[in-house]
Amino acid sequence: MLSLTPVEIDALLLSLRVGFWSVAICLPLGLLIAAILARCRFPGRWLLDGIVHLPLVLPPVVIGYVLLVLLGRRGIVGAWLYETFEITLAFTWKGAAIAAAVMALPLTVRAIRLSLEQMDRGLEAAARTLGASEFRVFMTITLPLCLPGLLTGAILAFARSLGEFGATITFVSNIPGETQTLPLALFAETQVPGDATPAIRLTVIAIAVALSALVASEFLARRVAKRLGGGQEGAS
Amino acid sequence: MIAVDITVRRGAFTLNAAFEAPSNGVTALYGRSGSGKTTIINAIAGLVRPEHGRISIAGSTLFDSDAEIDLPSAKRRLGYVFQEGRLFPHMSVERNLLYGRTAGADPHPTLAETVDLLGLAPLLDRRPASLSGGERQRVAIGRALLAAPRILLMDEPLASLDAERRAEILPYLAALRRKLDIPVVYVSHQMDEVIRLADTMVLLEAGEIVASGSVEALTSRFDLAPLTAERDAGAVLACTVAEHDPRYRLTRLAFDGGSLWVGVLNLPVGEPVRVRIGARDVALALTPPSGISMLNVIAATVTKIGSGSGPQVDIGLLAGTTALWARLTRRSVAELGLVPGMTVHALVKSVSIADAATGPKLDAG
Repeated sequence: MLSLTPVEIDALLLSLRVGFWSVAICLPLGLLIAAILARCRFPGRWLLDGIVHLPLVLPPVVIGYVLLVLLGRRGIVGAWLYETFEITLAFTWKGAAIAAAVMALPLTVRAIRLSLEQMDRGLEAAARTLGASEFRVFMTITLPLCLPGLLTGAILAFARSLGEFGATITFVSNIPGETQTLPLALFAETQVPGDATPAIRLTVIAIAVALSALVASEFLARRVAKRLGGGQEGAS
Repeated sequence: MIAVDITVRRGAFTLNAAFEAPSNGVTALYGRSGSGKTTIINAIAGLVRPEHGRISIAGSTLFDSDAEIDLPSAKRRLGYVFQEGRLFPHMSVERNLLYGRTAGADPHPTLAETVDLLGLAPLLDRRPASLSGGERQRVAIGRALLAAPRILLMDEPLASLDAERRAEILPYLAALRRKLDIPVVYVSHQMDEVIRLADTMVLLEAGEIVASGSVEALTSRFDLAPLTAERDAGAVLACTVAEHDPRYRLTRLAFDGGSLWVGVLNLPVGEPVRVRIGARDVALALTPPSGISMLNVIAATVTKIGSGSGPQVDIGLLAGTTALWARLTRRSVAELGLVPGMTVHALVKSVSIADAATGPKLDAG
């Protein structure tokens, strides 16, 4: 019972890998978009806001299909990626990470944007009067002070990626060892009549991963709050 | 010299400000809240962009709408002490202090000097969140000074503090004023701070400069009394310590046109001291009085008799080049037959020392 089967190990490691890369894509992209939405005023801002939030309101299958059309081997962007860099996204774990990142992005943007908007901008002005360049202001004031938002954004993205199902199965299918993450493996098991044990084992693994992530995030949030001198709580 | 001539529009509010301030000493921007004081120093700091005008410090232009010069804040080399301190919450006091310190810049003042001047040694490892309001402002002042600024801007640095904390930090500001050789622009709506710290004063009301000049000159003007007098009107006198009388524990303060005896001050002879004499604390006599207990009788000329219909009348006096101010009942004015040009004797009931560390009102009866 305690030792995992190769299928389970594959699914678990793949889920973690997809989750990690999804967060790695979401954080910088989310920070950029959140900064634009929180700080810039330009015509068409509502459009950017709307596009970023689409995955939150559209059925995930639609997102998966759009990704397939755009990023598939014969898709507009996908064909170019393949010809230029020989990168294939469709039906690979990289595609799964992209699908998870697209689904998670609105959550990351919202979390970071909230902390940017709550931040005391007077502190940035104070740094400027002390001679700090815009880059230094960003690195030493803005970024550290919106750390709670970045942390929340990362945790939400990771959790969303672990649970991603619809867009993933549409875009990259359900290939054991390549794109079969925990939810997809569980779905495959539920399609097989008979013994329910494999499905229950996968469920327990999913719960264990989710709980560990929660505990780790709580620990990190406390450390960040302490670093900020107790003056700021995590934005969530 | 600081030269400011700007127009700033923010919605329905328009600020028109033109003034010059000397290159050392403290210039107070004084007025009620909403009069545009903070907007002016934000424009000097580059945090507010004027619609048009010019700002320069010691001949170097910071902003000029005609020449399309608008130096970013970071390049203006200034120190700004904000009302709320604005310390960086994620850094220790020491890192806050050193934030504006750039390699290769003027090494003075040093961290040690600044820490010493502001009494910051016990705070260096602490986080801003654990400091009291007064401590925070001291750190904010130190941080601004360590950026080796060409000008120090202070936006009501004491306004967020209670009376006790203000009393704690004022001596530091007074000491700073004596040591700094850069201009300071100090925003305040507290007259006692202005009298204690400022040399020059710019009086603002509703986005317009009403008057500017020395603190002594502006506080002696009747027409400005509604703006300059908080509780009671009075004149501010620039004096120097002339002599000490250890036998009676008194100090004589000399000013152009006379002198005043006050309770002994712990200051060397020659030290400048600014005092304030409330208009209600001055009585007038037509002949030199004799047989009275008052030590301070100053010969002066009546320059002006205030108008108005209330029971009290303001009398402007001039002793030498020093303006005094007396507030008498209308009946007394009539009985004495006061008219401008008359020579009178001003009997000063009490003097408050605005500048020295001894602080409170001293009766000189």
